Amino acid sequence: MAAVPRSTWRDALSVSLTVGLYGAAFGAASVAAGFSVWQTCLLSLLTFTGASQFAAVGVVAAGGGALTAVATAGLLSSRNALYGLQMTPHLGVKGWRRALAAQWTIDESTNVGLAQLPLGPDAVRAGFWLTGAGVYFFWNVFTLAGALGAKSIGNPAAWGLDAAVPAAFLGLLWPRLRDRFTQLVALAAMAFSLLATPVLPSGTAIIATVIVAIFAGWRDRS
Amino acid sequence: MTATWYVVVGTSVLCFLIKYVGHVVPAHWLSRPRVQRINAYVPVVLLGALVAVQTAASKTHLAVDHRLVGILVAAAALKLRAPFPVVVFLAALASALAYHLS
Repeated sequence: MAAVPRSTWRDALSVSLTVGLYGAAFGAASVAAGFSVWQTCLLSLLTFTGASQFAAVGVVAAGGGALTAVATAGLLSSRNALYGLQMTPHLGVKGWRRALAAQWTIDESTNVGLAQLPLGPDAVRAGFWLTGAGVYFFWNVFTLAGALGAKSIGNPAAWGLDAAVPAAFLGLLWPRLRDRFTQLVALAAMAFSLLATPVLPSGTAIIATVIVAIFAGWRDRS
Repeated sequence: MTATWYVVVGTSVLCFLIKYVGHVVPAHWLSRPRVQRINAYVPVVLLGALVAVQTAASKTHLAVDHRLVGILVAAAALKLRAPFPVVVFLAALASALAYHLS
């Protein structure tokens, strides 16, 4: 990668560090949900898609079974398949490099990569790989820090950890609420999940909310 | 294996496969308009549900407690464009205060 533009480096690094810090919140949430430090680190190393990781441990914390947790995490990561679709023609890699590109295909690497389009194809590739590697590094380091921190503090409620998790979800949701209709969809999903909570088996109210997405996306609104 | 191990292994395998699929399947498979529209709303509804359930539910019943204080502070911080780590920290701080005061 000769002569990566300075602004590409700057974008990649600043996104990596900010998002990586979020890993501490995941590490803490995962330990508070009953996962060991080792399991928590494996989730960040192997799953490596933040919202799905938070969802998996969140469903377990809400009393849901393993299958519900895995299914919710999988649904939440379905957007990564669309990111892969957009990135793959820019990357042009095969074999193990393609597998690594897939593992690093997340919101941040895709967005920084595609944001470099005006600077040319090399900058797109550099933006994707630098952001993927940077977020992977910082996300995993801070996951470990958060997990060890949470392990040493005992009662999660006394330290506000039980509110840090929904706050983290809110932080992931906020930038997606761009238009009025999407805001309504989010509110409907919140109401649906709360109404469903006393009726459905524990942990399944969250995944059942997908029905709201199907309703919202069924007709073309544009 | 315990349930948490099933979650770790299952989530990791499934999420990798989903990412990999995007890099290898023919583009038109995933680009049907209805699939794309629904897919765009899936993160919005699931994250919304997770916010609501983690804030106001306790197993299978609803509960209003210190966590609600934390989430309201988080919403205010997001409205003021605070960076993510600050949002999470303020929410934890507010919730912990409410927990100790109540």
